[in-house]
Amino acid sequence: MYRYDEFDNRLVTERVEQFRRQAERRLAGELTEDQFKPLRLMNGLYLQLHAYMLRINVPYGALSAQQMRQLAHVARTYDKGYGHFTTRQNIQYNWIQLKDVPDALADLAEVEMHGIQSSGNCIRNTTSDQYAGVAKDELEDPRVYCEIIRQWSTLHPEFSFLPRKFKIAVTGAPNDRAAVKLHDIGLRMHRNEAGEAGFEVIVGGGQGRTPFVGKTIREWLAPENLLSYLEAILRVYNFDGRRDNKYKARIKILVHQVGADEFRRRVDEEWEQIKDSALKLPQEEIERINSYFAPPDYAQLEDNTELLASQRAANGEFDAWVSANVADHKVPGYAIVNISLKSLRLPPGDMTAAQMDAVADLADEYSFGELRVNHRQNLVLADVPQGDLLALWEKLAALDLATPNIGRVSDIIACPGLDYCALANARSIPIAQEINQRYQDMDRVNDIGDVTINISGCMNACGHHHVGHIGILGVDKRGKEFYQFTLGGSSDQNASLGDRTGPGFPGDEAVDAVETILNTYLKIRNEGERFLDTYRRVGMPPFKEALYGAS
Amino acid sequence: MLQMIIANTLADGFVVFLTDDNSWTNDIAAGALAATDEQAEKLLAIAQKAEQSNLVIDPYLIPVELEGDVRKPTEYREYIRATGPTVPIPS
Repeated sequence: MYRYDEFDNRLVTERVEQFRRQAERRLAGELTEDQFKPLRLMNGLYLQLHAYMLRINVPYGALSAQQMRQLAHVARTYDKGYGHFTTRQNIQYNWIQLKDVPDALADLAEVEMHGIQSSGNCIRNTTSDQYAGVAKDELEDPRVYCEIIRQWSTLHPEFSFLPRKFKIAVTGAPNDRAAVKLHDIGLRMHRNEAGEAGFEVIVGGGQGRTPFVGKTIREWLAPENLLSYLEAILRVYNFDGRRDNKYKARIKILVHQVGADEFRRRVDEEWEQIKDSALKLPQEEIERINSYFAPPDYAQLEDNTELLASQRAANGEFDAWVSANVADHKVPGYAIVNISLKSLRLPPGDMTAAQMDAVADLADEYSFGELRVNHRQNLVLADVPQGDLLALWEKLAALDLATPNIGRVSDIIACPGLDYCALANARSIPIAQEINQRYQDMDRVNDIGDVTINISGCMNACGHHHVGHIGILGVDKRGKEFYQFTLGGSSDQNASLGDRTGPGFPGDEAVDAVETILNTYLKIRNEGERFLDTYRRVGMPPFKEALYGAS
Repeated sequence: MLQMIIANTLADGFVVFLTDDNSWTNDIAAGALAATDEQAEKLLAIAQKAEQSNLVIDPYLIPVELEGDVRKPTEYREYIRATGPTVPIPS
């Protein structure tokens, strides 16, 4: 993992002390809320429906066991004993008190964590593939470039007051697990004709009330030009992006309005001026950062398929968990373990302090002391010896962290919704929990197979509903919660936005509608087709008829 | 229509209601009820002073109804705000 250097350390500790003084002045009445609000937002502190909410960055989703323990400590000491992992691979605390925030930030700074740029119109946490460095299909480790982007974008003076927030995602693999086409900038590593690794640069993707799949403005960019090209994009956006209307201020609107060709022309014009400047990334610098992400000290193991097969044959629950939650690792004898945060007991992405502590211990015991957070609000232990899977599963099960549902119907992305969020129009968590409750029969769940259900409680789309295979959007209809459905969305390398089915359903009919959609799929699917494949083959008509009757 | 003042306290951020003696309570049952628009405006003026004094943030009036003795905000957003998340707090 990356470790802070003296600059990072100084920056974060100075910021804590600066915020401590700002909070003291606010509490003493020397600052009004209007004066204080932009200062607290610069440090990730929001005021939500019930209380303050503090968002802490998890850079590209990577956490050490020590950091996870400190997150547990903060949850226990300053909050109500739990935290919420988000679709941006970050963590949020829902009940933090302003008077405690400086102390909480000081505790987090001890483990190189902070809330700087987790809010506001600046470059946010760069997100990535949760299988970075261990995926079989990967060309190069994307974390190296995420870290380079983190250093470049942290307190970048020119980009501290952008028209609107700005999100960058990087994948080093052809199978996109980081939703790069749905970001302000998506970077997809691939090889050019000469066989050199570089980036496809995708711009103007995003969700919210005006969703777009991003457009490719450069097929291949050499890594040495990464920062100058990003800077050129940001500079064009900073000059030309709209500031008169918050809902039209994201880069996706600019790219859509001027067109990808014109946007590319403007970026290239700017880039010509700066591509050979100090922003050029020397190979030594890439290698220096790369050394932080050197593989752990793997044991010389063989893929032990016989042992695993006999363990799976002897234990059906373990077998189901391995099928759904364990992924192939590039090193023989190792496996990638997904930890589902979608049990029946807790809201999607929520974790108690006791679970955080226990999972940190498991990371130390089984996975070189590291964890990842993914954008579907689950955790990953990336480097588990296959021979340890059974023991690890038993320990996870005792913690209610072994739900075997990764990629299945109950692995739902849900925003906090109206249970917590001041912007929401409807609740998300109860719908997710009701779907989870209805799909407890694992034979039925496995028969349905891969399907993503994403739920947002308002059109800001924090629950990624536009790109769920089944998307659910909560709306307020004359003072009542209603839920609209979209079908056919996807956030992977073949990204697409879902199509609206028709009128929404009241809250007490929403989960019946999910079941109707899935039953329709089961009836009409061809052999081997996932839900999304069937939808793409047949389109909306059979689903519409099932939901609303023959027209 | 009955109305109450809802706000967040500055120091802890939690939801509070203005009381008859111009203090603030977390308990909706202990908050002041305005039966007329005139009374409601008076409560709002008191609350705005408390905002200027940096005791609370963003006070505003919400409509409530009585179910027996229990005060229930009529809009579900305000109901959730007043009574907390509708899902259990993780423990």
